[in-house]
Amino acid sequence: MAAVRVLRRAVRLCRGRAASGARPPPVPQRIEEKRRAALLGGGQARIDAQHKRGKLTARERILLLLDPDSFDEYDMFVEHRCTDFGMDSSKNKDFTVFGGSLSGAHAQKICKIMDQAAMVGAPVIGLNDSGGARIQEGVESLAGYADIFLRNVLCSGVIPQISLIMGPCAGGAVYSPALTDFTFMVKDTSYLFITGPDVVKSVTNEDVTQEQLGGAKTHTAVSGVAHRAFENDIDALLNLREFFNYLPLSNRDPAPVCECHDPSDRLVPELDTIVPSESTKAYDMLDIIHSIVDEREFFEIMPTYARNIVVGFARMNGRTVGIVGNQPKVASGCLDINSSVKGARFVRFCDAFNIPLITFVDVPGFLPGTAQEYGGIIRHGAKLLFAFAEATVPKITVITRKAYGGAYDVMSSKHLRGDVNYAWPTAEVAVMGAKGAVQIIFRGKEANAEEEYVDKFANPFPAAMRGFVDDIIQPSTTRTRICHDLDVLASKSQSSPWKKHANIPL
Amino acid sequence: MAYCNRFNFLFLLQWETLCSRWCLITSHKLYSTVYDPNEKTFEKLLIANRGEIACRVIKTCKKMGIKTVAIHSDVDANAVHVKMADEAVCVGPAPTSKSYLNMDAIMEVIRKTRAQAVHPGYGFLSENKEFARRLASEGVTFIGPDTHAIQAMGDKIESKLLAKNAKVNTIPGFDGVVKDADEAVRIAREIGYPVMIKASAGGGGKGMRIAWDDEETREGFRFSSQEAASSFGDDRLLIEKFIDNPRHIEIQVLADKHGNALWLNERECSIQRRNQKVVEEAPSTFLDPETRRAMGEQAVALAKAVKYSSAGTVEFLVDSSKNFYFLEMNTRLQVEHPVTECITGLDLVQEMIRVAKGYPLRHTQADIPINGWAVECRVYAEDPYKSFGLPSIGKLSQYQEPLHVPNVRVDSGIQQGSDISIYYDPMISKLITYGSNRAEALKRMEEALDNYVIRGVAHNISLLREVIIHPRFVQGDISTKFLPEVYPDGFKGHKLTDLERRQLLATAASLYVAEQLRSQRFLGTPRIPIAKSKRSSWELSVHLGDGIYPVAVSKDGSSFSVEVDGMKLNVTSEWNLASPLLSVTIDGTQRTIQRISRNASGETSIQFLGTVYKLQILTKVAAELSKYMPEKAAEDTSSILRSPMPGTVVAVSVKPGDMVSEGQEICVIEAMKMQNSMIAAKTGKVKAVHCKAGDTVGEEDLLVELE
Repeated sequence: MAAVRVLRRAVRLCRGRAASGARPPPVPQRIEEKRRAALLGGGQARIDAQHKRGKLTARERILLLLDPDSFDEYDMFVEHRCTDFGMDSSKNKDFTVFGGSLSGAHAQKICKIMDQAAMVGAPVIGLNDSGGARIQEGVESLAGYADIFLRNVLCSGVIPQISLIMGPCAGGAVYSPALTDFTFMVKDTSYLFITGPDVVKSVTNEDVTQEQLGGAKTHTAVSGVAHRAFENDIDALLNLREFFNYLPLSNRDPAPVCECHDPSDRLVPELDTIVPSESTKAYDMLDIIHSIVDEREFFEIMPTYARNIVVGFARMNGRTVGIVGNQPKVASGCLDINSSVKGARFVRFCDAFNIPLITFVDVPGFLPGTAQEYGGIIRHGAKLLFAFAEATVPKITVITRKAYGGAYDVMSSKHLRGDVNYAWPTAEVAVMGAKGAVQIIFRGKEANAEEEYVDKFANPFPAAMRGFVDDIIQPSTTRTRICHDLDVLASKSQSSPWKKHANIPL
Repeated sequence: MAYCNRFNFLFLLQWETLCSRWCLITSHKLYSTVYDPNEKTFEKLLIANRGEIACRVIKTCKKMGIKTVAIHSDVDANAVHVKMADEAVCVGPAPTSKSYLNMDAIMEVIRKTRAQAVHPGYGFLSENKEFARRLASEGVTFIGPDTHAIQAMGDKIESKLLAKNAKVNTIPGFDGVVKDADEAVRIAREIGYPVMIKASAGGGGKGMRIAWDDEETREGFRFSSQEAASSFGDDRLLIEKFIDNPRHIEIQVLADKHGNALWLNERECSIQRRNQKVVEEAPSTFLDPETRRAMGEQAVALAKAVKYSSAGTVEFLVDSSKNFYFLEMNTRLQVEHPVTECITGLDLVQEMIRVAKGYPLRHTQADIPINGWAVECRVYAEDPYKSFGLPSIGKLSQYQEPLHVPNVRVDSGIQQGSDISIYYDPMISKLITYGSNRAEALKRMEEALDNYVIRGVAHNISLLREVIIHPRFVQGDISTKFLPEVYPDGFKGHKLTDLERRQLLATAASLYVAEQLRSQRFLGTPRIPIAKSKRSSWELSVHLGDGIYPVAVSKDGSSFSVEVDGMKLNVTSEWNLASPLLSVTIDGTQRTIQRISRNASGETSIQFLGTVYKLQILTKVAAELSKYMPEKAAEDTSSILRSPMPGTVVAVSVKPGDMVSEGQEICVIEAMKMQNSMIAAKTGKVKAVHCKAGDTVGEEDLLVELE
């Protein structure tokens, strides 16, 4: 079962509709009238206005998100609230949809459905298009938010929670999407900010537009608040449908397995030559990912933020996997503050929802410099290390080229309970590159030292000799090996010492 | 001696097993290498080339038990020819002048590897007399004619004179400078109309006029001399016969060092774009046995006149009345040699090697057959929608040759994952089909083109397929002007008939539904589906080209019943959604289609009848709602190139005014000791360059602007 929340400004107008007229008509007629009125939402004029803004109404959005005829609406008769309950028959998942602006009483309805979703183990999808707290209601509205936040936190790690921002979402309202697992936005029509441009102007004297302050581009490329942006309402909802299929229904379910037509023993010959012979030359990690996963389909998360690390979902022999890869094409694939945080959050989601992790390593190290040190790279880099170490889902690692220094340890190494760690023949597992190492060891006095270092360390043997990598594999066989390992690891069971919760370095 | 023989024999056995493996990997052979183990040959041969022709030569060498040495540039280190050869040596960096044309480096490799012979392939050093001379001076055999023949045929004037002396038909003309308009008319009458008046210093069509009568000759003379004077500062003019609507037909000759020479029939190479051949076939539909024999005999006469040995090609222009005129002789193996091999059964590379070793030819003219018909399509990594083909570069993310189609030969030197780079010819392969007659060969070609999977770079399959099914081509009514005549406004892809459009829509809609159905099938799901009813019909709206078509699909057992334009079509397939090739049967008609891409938004591109069509498939509901979606102007970032990260500019490969093609490297930025190649997002002219080598740039700094 899955629950869908819709915070929708238009529905506000439902309020008080039934109160007109001196003598109430008979009950069946009143039911009919109320239903009709509810279906019209805020009325035709409001619907037209919404369309003019390039947006759809909540009901239209639900129509696109769900399979036809799988939607049962609840609480049609609640005034100034609209709570819907739907069933998506095909995926055997139910969606619950709330509509309406956030008043205190309304928030309780959202909480009711979220509690129900958590109880049965169904994801929650929120379609957010709301002005924020109802100022007139004062503290009651604030309490309503807090009730929802609490549910978001309690449901975190229990059921997947997805937010799709389809209009304004400002003030306190932003913290609900921020607490959910994934936040998606619609380009040009959605905004997320704590305080709008007017307040910003009066407080800090900054001139900034809504789009600059909290538009899709800002949040997907600069702040990292949103995980992906889509062209318009339809594009966003269709993509959400596709994304949804990667996820298990709750933390009690294993990663879903789809019917797969791509042979699990398919060889990928182009991988044998994909890593350039010059170690300073870049290649695209996405090429490797696309060629290994089922049908070249990869749902990338945060594709425009911290692009030096690639994360996203794919399938291997039909089974959902989470993929983490350093991207040599961007900043040489180094780890910095943003990429560590991006990677860490993704790894924790996969671990919470039983999704196996596949990590592709080509990392020259952590990014040096004052900007990084002052920004707390130590603290943030530790998050990724923490996340990988803590994860108990199947963990498969492939070192394609560089695995240098501390970054080697971080990237799902054998030492952090990696289940299967492979090296390609091009792998170099070492403390650092040959040039730097020789400079430190010999202070440039030994002429042949660099070559010697390369021979000794810039290859997969030192790691393989010690069992830190389980095998050196022919790159073309990578898909076959991973598919096989995933089958073996499907029954993996691993636990960590009892604790109230761990203390990840936030 | 006995030991020696036995050694050879064992050696052979070993190679035979290897050979058969290679044949499996590479292609069906539509020619036979008849190898006599008692005939001593070279022990080691170097191939001074790359790509498909290097692979082609290596294949024959393996069959003959000759060890092979490949040379390569540094970017070709993983190329197929390098892997196939017994030894491979790098001769320099990517630019051909520093690698494949680098004679010093190649000579050094020959000495080091002790190769006894060199096969030059085509292009590069194949017609370089200096290279042939240097090889000869070091006692290395050049697999080709001797220096004298290369030189004689390499010179346009000398070759024409030689041809004239050997009684070969040459284009009638006046071998001197025309004084005035009156003389021009006199000469034109002598030659016979139409004539071409052209600048002696000419080139590029400037100062060139065609005249069909005296009046036009006078006028043409005046204009041409003015134009020649202004363009070249030289108003001298020549006159020669104008060959109207000519065909380009060439004769393959094969000669040995003992004075024997054969003609191996003709190849029709009229389908060209920008003077480059695209589709070739053997034999030609146009030649009758008499013309063929006349051309063949003249070609042999020319070969004998220059004491030619090895394989060579004599090119002719043939006019509509079957008059033929010598154009030039190519003293090398031609790109299109496979069609000749298919109809004669000879292995031309083997014959070249035998001749070079000094053996006489094994055949007489009477032995040379024309068996069946062979067609060759040159598959290029280029965009056929731009002047019939502008190069495209990239990585072949998926690549599968149609070798499962019978009687198909593919000569290629690339594989899945190979890079098509800016440094070399963008040819992907030569696709050859063979049949007992032309119709059969063409039908096979259609099938082969449909079954050819090339992803990651643009390719010209659509153009090739359109050419071979065009009624004029099918009738054999072709000339070197075929493409501009048939597509005066440029090539636009296949034009769907109403039936074909319905078939495409039905297939796309069925594919969409098959995908939707599959996405709802989860294996081993622990929960009972809460399905209200099993869905069996879909109302879709498909956007194709300028039209939006309502399409209704209903599932009918394993097939789909699709209603388009009020007509019902039945679509059956295995619906293997991972396979790059999908065989679909639509109302009994089998079609092989390729789904190139799809996304969650319903956008999909399908290769159907060779052309890739873009479609968007939405449910009826989504399509109706999409009218409310805001129109967005596409942001054009293709004309500016910004630094994606802070770093140092290592190299800038362009300057203002340069033309760059999409995907071409513009500059290289080094960051974190890594070199990142910045490429052009579109084809265009460089407007401004804002960086130079050695500059330090920040993220988002403007590097280069295109117009």
